[in-house]
Amino acid sequence: MRKLWSFPGGIRLPGFKQLSNSDSIRSLPVPERVYLPLRQHIGAQARPVVTVGEHVDKGQLLAEATSFISAPVHASTSGVVINIGSHTVPHPSGIAEECIQIEADGEDHWYPALAPLDNIDKATPTELRAAIREAGIVGLGGAVFPSAAKLKPPRSIDTLIINGVECEPYITCDDMLMRSNAEAVLRGCVLLQRILSAGQCMLAVEDNKPEAMQQLRKALDILIKAAEPGAKDIELVSIPTVFPAGGEKQLIKVLTGQEVPAGGLPYELGVVCLNVATTAAVYDAIFLGRPLVSRIVTVTGSGISRPGNYQVPLGTPIQLLLDTVGVIDGEAKLIMGGPMMGQRLPTGHAMVVKGTNCILVNKPQPKMTPMPCIRCGSCANACPMNLLPQQLYWHARGKTFDKLERYQLSSCIECGCCNLVCPAHIPLVSYFRYAKTELADQTFKRQRAEESRLRSELRQQRLEHMQREAEERKAKRKAARLTSKKKTVSTKVMASPAVENAPHSMQVSND
Amino acid sequence: MTDPLKIIEAAESAPFISPTVDVGRVMRRVIYALLPGILAYIWFFGWGPLTNLVYAVASALFFEALMLAIRQRPLWPFLSDGSAVLTACLLALSLPPMAPWWLLLLGSFIAIVFAKQLYGGLGYNPFNPAMAAYAVLLISFPLEMSQWLLPLEIHDKLLNLADTFRYTLNAQLPPGITFDAISSATPLDKLRTGTGLGQTVSDIRNAPVFGIIAGNGTEWVGVGYLLGGLALLGMRIISWHIPVALLLALAVMAGTGYLIDPQQHTDPLFQLFGGATMLGAFFIATDPVTAATSARGKLIYGAGIGVLVYAIRFWGAYPDGVAFAVLLMGMTAPLLDQYTVPRVFGARRKSWRG
Amino acid sequence: MDILIMTALALLFGLGLGYAAIRFRVEGDPMVDKIDALLPQTQCGQCGHPGCRPYASALAEGSAEINQCPPGGEAGMRALADLLGREPLPMAGMMEGATQEPTLMVAVVNESTCIGCTKCIQACPVDAIIGAPKHKHTVLEDYCTGCELCLPPICPVPDCLTLREVKPTISRWKWQSPLVKEKEQAA
Repeated sequence: MRKLWSFPGGIRLPGFKQLSNSDSIRSLPVPERVYLPLRQHIGAQARPVVTVGEHVDKGQLLAEATSFISAPVHASTSGVVINIGSHTVPHPSGIAEECIQIEADGEDHWYPALAPLDNIDKATPTELRAAIREAGIVGLGGAVFPSAAKLKPPRSIDTLIINGVECEPYITCDDMLMRSNAEAVLRGCVLLQRILSAGQCMLAVEDNKPEAMQQLRKALDILIKAAEPGAKDIELVSIPTVFPAGGEKQLIKVLTGQEVPAGGLPYELGVVCLNVATTAAVYDAIFLGRPLVSRIVTVTGSGISRPGNYQVPLGTPIQLLLDTVGVIDGEAKLIMGGPMMGQRLPTGHAMVVKGTNCILVNKPQPKMTPMPCIRCGSCANACPMNLLPQQLYWHARGKTFDKLERYQLSSCIECGCCNLVCPAHIPLVSYFRYAKTELADQTFKRQRAEESRLRSELRQQRLEHMQREAEERKAKRKAARLTSKKKTVSTKVMASPAVENAPHSMQVSND
Repeated sequence: MTDPLKIIEAAESAPFISPTVDVGRVMRRVIYALLPGILAYIWFFGWGPLTNLVYAVASALFFEALMLAIRQRPLWPFLSDGSAVLTACLLALSLPPMAPWWLLLLGSFIAIVFAKQLYGGLGYNPFNPAMAAYAVLLISFPLEMSQWLLPLEIHDKLLNLADTFRYTLNAQLPPGITFDAISSATPLDKLRTGTGLGQTVSDIRNAPVFGIIAGNGTEWVGVGYLLGGLALLGMRIISWHIPVALLLALAVMAGTGYLIDPQQHTDPLFQLFGGATMLGAFFIATDPVTAATSARGKLIYGAGIGVLVYAIRFWGAYPDGVAFAVLLMGMTAPLLDQYTVPRVFGARRKSWRG
Repeated sequence: MDILIMTALALLFGLGLGYAAIRFRVEGDPMVDKIDALLPQTQCGQCGHPGCRPYASALAEGSAEINQCPPGGEAGMRALADLLGREPLPMAGMMEGATQEPTLMVAVVNESTCIGCTKCIQACPVDAIIGAPKHKHTVLEDYCTGCELCLPPICPVPDCLTLREVKPTISRWKWQSPLVKEKEQAA
């Protein structure tokens, strides 16, 4: 048995997993229309490479990555591009962003040029990474960081961690993936380990998913018996069920005992951490040649009549998904992600994107009115980042943002533990999210103000300069006039330098 | 959801699970945990503690409601949170049992109106309301505050409930019973005056008010509080830091004194089970509003109270020092919190100080 | 004797202070720079001063109140209160207790009506409008501070230069303070 560590705080939560993990993964009928946002990842927005009216096949490139931290977008079904423009994206604000809209032809026909990577066993890490990048793979656990960028860390990696923890209640998409397609996950692990040339690879699963673990064990045994290279380096680790054990920093702590530096990234410890669904997507890209065009989504909650896991084409409107599974309650909240860290969506108009792991609809719950903080410290005990949520709360409430930075608000992972254990029912996470966006906005405004100040100063200098020149010109002209009175010779010659000195700016002088 | 176009007013943040704890439940559990101590108190001393509780709770609820109305706060959520009742219970158990009604009324008034509501109500009071009221009463009414009852075992004159109430209302005892016959100084008081007169501890402890380990009767009340406190620890309503640090510091202080001069100092067990130590350690010092919140802060806070309690008991002018110790350390709590900020996960050095 | 000592001391300190005043004299006023750094640099003149720096000098002198800068909003006012050690004031022209933040605006040129008069270009304090005489002008949205100085009557054509709200984006979207909600519920 591997020695495991524990992270500070954390809470035990009821799972509600059996609600959605009793049936196998179902597929949805091809939607009539899909809306594919150009930014379904962290980083720069993708640039469209198709035009309106063009017919595209499933898996065909629609938009290309524009920088190192960016990811391409592919058609999730075959059909005609009917619009490239704004459409509501899944975000609590209900903001619209650039999307490519495809009218499906119902054929769901794969792009013929897609093919598995040639000679996979001999492929270099660079080739594999390129294939992953071209497949548009991003972190499917919800963070949606472009995987190819993560697989090119600035230092050598000795530990690869595959995250199959899925610690949020209700969500079972990774659980079901591991049960139904353990081989893909494991083969993906082998590929990733090759790319990083990591010495060890751990696949961590919470101990509340024994079926998934069993399937993984079975598949791993088969791979090892078949003498698959790299398979015997994979270690399956069962970890205790404590929320948020699936958080990247928490999982690394549990498995290695090391803490990711505050404000830093796991590679600094020689660790790279990827989600199981991402790993399976890597397998699909390399072995089947299929880019990321669909994902498993858990649709669950007490407000859903047929909860379960569905293989959903990206860009499917959430409303369509809800209509298919049946919503019991008309006034329920629509939540994307889990109940602890998910976000409430204002409308079902938004679509399933690469980061959509769960759609949760629960029957309305009684409203809790916040009471005053009694300083009980439960929040600090529950915080997995060892922060003092209570102090952060006072300062967020009092808008003393400088103190927030000193109490390291930026380290907060918004896991919701403090919020849930608070006996006064203070919406702590709401305060932290508010304070974080407020701080970011202030920084942005400060930068903007600095730029404006520079521009204004430059303009001031230019105006002064022009005025001085105009005065000089006047003085020269006066002098010239005086001299011309004495010697009425070549005034033309004297006047010309002044004309040459006139400002070349496109601005018109102020006089 | 029926109308997907309907944009919900303000974006709402996770988590979307209903919490299982609330302030009222925490307070109620603390009150229940007081029961073993209260029962032992009544068993050994008669109905006196009960009259205290009745007056204190009733008047505390009244003042709380009055102040909430004046401050235009919602009545029900704050009255039902149990904090006023808990404050009243702690006050009632700290005052001499069978105290006159007006003493408790005044105590509740000081605790609820001055120490709690005028500072902003629940969560905003810098000092423990019950202890603030106790301290004010102790200084203002030294006579009433030192009339403690003898255990029933000694005088064998059980006042029934009606007699007890009658006495607290009009100071009339049933014929044939004088107050002197049923009252006495507390063991801690006896000890202090005795050692002051040059008597040795072992001589003083021969008096009937002393029991096996501490005061006759009071030691069992202490055991009752200890049991309740352990239950709170088990339910994770309080953390171990403050009680353990407090009791340990007190024991170390007393133990050192005992080793140096057993004729002047009592043994540590006497200190732990005598006076209000157990009540203070598990129920008063652990009041989260006025205590330090970080783990290290709590240890320092608890230990500080323990040291102060012994210092006041041994060198001070009062026989017991829990109230003053809690109030004094309460003043340091904000500072302690500032200087004991824990290291944030992944932070390289000790995080910000001061 | 005492008087002598006192006089000597007074002289000594006086000399010391005089020397320090010369030795450590600061060029310009660092306070003005510090205040200027807190102002939003819209150069809009809504404070009654011809730009952010003049307002900063007025604040440093103590001849202006800290709540005169609407673009800086409440946050800006609080920052000024902090720096200057003054009490926070309610924002000028705002209702008591309102925490409404100023909406960010940018100017837009209607290119179908612009006559290319360059008047707006001359008025823009941050050079955010480009164009040449007799050519259509355009506003650089990233640089425009929404100061309104280019709006009619500076622009001679009605409906040519207008303000519009900055388009919200996900990266700049902000969560609302739960305190606002709490207060609404309490009311």
